[in-house]
Amino acid sequence: MPPLARRNLFHDKIRLAVTLTGITFAVLLVVVELGLFLGFSTTTSSLIDRSRADFWIASRNVPYIEQGSPFSERKLYQVRAIPGVASAEKYIVRFAGWKHHDGGQETVQVVGFNVSESSQQVSGGRVEKSGQLMGGPWNITSGSVADLNAPNAVMVDDLYWKKLGITRVGEVFEINGYRARVVGTTHGIRSFTTSPYVFTTFKNAQNFGLLREDQTVFILVRAATGTDLKELQRDIESHVSDVDVLTTSRFSNMTRSYWMFTTGAGMAVLLAALLGLIVGIVVVTQTIYATTMDHLREYGTLKAIGAPNSYIYRVILQQAAMSAVMGYALGIGVSLFLVRSSAQGGIAILLPWSMAALIFALTLLMCGIAAAVSINKVTTLDPAMVFRN
Amino acid sequence: METAIGVRNVTKTYAEGGVRVAALDGVDLDVYRGEVLLLMGPSGSGKTTLLSIMGCILRSSSGSVQIAGSEITHLKERDLPRVRLRHVGFVFQAFNLFPTLTAQENVEVALELKGVRGAQAHKEARELLARVHLVDKCSAYPADLSGGQKQRVALARALAGSPEILLADEPTAALDSHTGRAVLELLCELAHEQNRAVVIVTHDSRVADLGDRLVHLEDGRISSVERLGNRLATTPQGGPNSQSTFARL
Repeated sequence: MPPLARRNLFHDKIRLAVTLTGITFAVLLVVVELGLFLGFSTTTSSLIDRSRADFWIASRNVPYIEQGSPFSERKLYQVRAIPGVASAEKYIVRFAGWKHHDGGQETVQVVGFNVSESSQQVSGGRVEKSGQLMGGPWNITSGSVADLNAPNAVMVDDLYWKKLGITRVGEVFEINGYRARVVGTTHGIRSFTTSPYVFTTFKNAQNFGLLREDQTVFILVRAATGTDLKELQRDIESHVSDVDVLTTSRFSNMTRSYWMFTTGAGMAVLLAALLGLIVGIVVVTQTIYATTMDHLREYGTLKAIGAPNSYIYRVILQQAAMSAVMGYALGIGVSLFLVRSSAQGGIAILLPWSMAALIFALTLLMCGIAAAVSINKVTTLDPAMVFRN
Repeated sequence: METAIGVRNVTKTYAEGGVRVAALDGVDLDVYRGEVLLLMGPSGSGKTTLLSIMGCILRSSSGSVQIAGSEITHLKERDLPRVRLRHVGFVFQAFNLFPTLTAQENVEVALELKGVRGAQAHKEARELLARVHLVDKCSAYPADLSGGQKQRVALARALAGSPEILLADEPTAALDSHTGRAVLELLCELAHEQNRAVVIVTHDSRVADLGDRLVHLEDGRISSVERLGNRLATTPQGGPNSQSTFARL
């Protein structure tokens, strides 16, 4: 088959460049906005998703993790007494003031968990590393969870060291008037609120968070193997009063939904992605339409010599598809660069394969819509035009 | 002689600013295979309209049109391209080649539309270009060809699939007089050697001697039909006449 579509597309290099630039930027915009949405969404609930708990017990009507309010830790013992509960631990997520060496202040989120739980997480005769603890940090790059047992010990993600004025492990700061010594580092644990997470022991977190000694903010529950989770949830609800018992996925969704939709942050990002798509469609439609208009006489000739409309549609669709593939490849290439760069920053742009595939489909759709406008023009083309000069 | 195109009492009217204008008014005409028919007349006389109706590009308002013995006036719009593909080859005033395709690919497009694909299309395209003595220009783009060469590529394209009817609209208008005459001679040879019906719309009275019949149109009606009887002498191989024709192109 003579490569009419390809030749037409590559014939005018400047127009091709404009077309590809339009598609590339549309892809880039959509990737960045959807990637930001996904990154934000994942970040808002990362503590919950990585908690390794089956249930979160919170005060009544807590809408999201940062809004937890203290309750008596005596409920912990009621929970532990319920059959089917393998383990239950107190857990704190609480805003606090971090004081720089120069006296400046930053707001942080203190995350307090039961560090001694690590000694219970025995597997094959050895204590497992972090990430196996309920509510503990993950991606530890220096130090260990065990180091948090030291007095006033805290662990801070390296993405926020500069923000908090940390230059090395061992440095001492103040959190709400209490000493805090940095004993380790994680990597990639971002906070959506821009207040960095500071992991520490439950006891330290009570101090940093200005809570009473008998208070906790959450109780994390892990069910025994083989337990019916729905039944266990009902049991906890019936035995422990004045609390909500939320599955991890439910609490994760509540938190994501709050930050993404109740605050409007997510809608703004999604709207920007939609705008990117619309801008892309407009640019590509314009350029593909202009290319079609440039070759209108050729399409008229094809019709005159007997080509069915479907043949001409195929030529236009091939042009659109080739534009889509090239623009997508360029757009995704630039996007990958941005995604990698964002891994070193406080805002994550995520690009999982499923999203890359979705955006490819969107790019094809965008170019398909653009081609449809041109096809509509060609459909009404009078082949007798070839006799008019 | 076998009739290739039969036109009976054909009219074509257009609405222009609320007024109905008759572009053709009761035209009767038969075009035979092996014949070169020249259509002449002043601007607006209906030449191109008649050519478009004979080429199944335009539908008549009334009357009957037969192509290769089949009535086409009752066919639906979507069926007309099939008739064009099967029976008619077109040559246009401005050549209408695809500028982004080589000479060979221009011919292959027409072959592909007629169901010839791949290696067979390559082979046939080269043969058609050889028939118009352009085999050495297979890889050339239209921009690199002279006017005469472009029209020969257009002729090769029109011959793809071996249609029994060739319709040419002012095929010499964009060419100088020598090249134009040579292209018309080539069309005549193709008609006579291969028993095709060739209809040529032209303004150029200097080439009138090349056709077999000259039909004058005026105000949408046939005003006169003149039998010319000036068939070119040809040899069985396409002969010295065609060689000299190509040399001039």
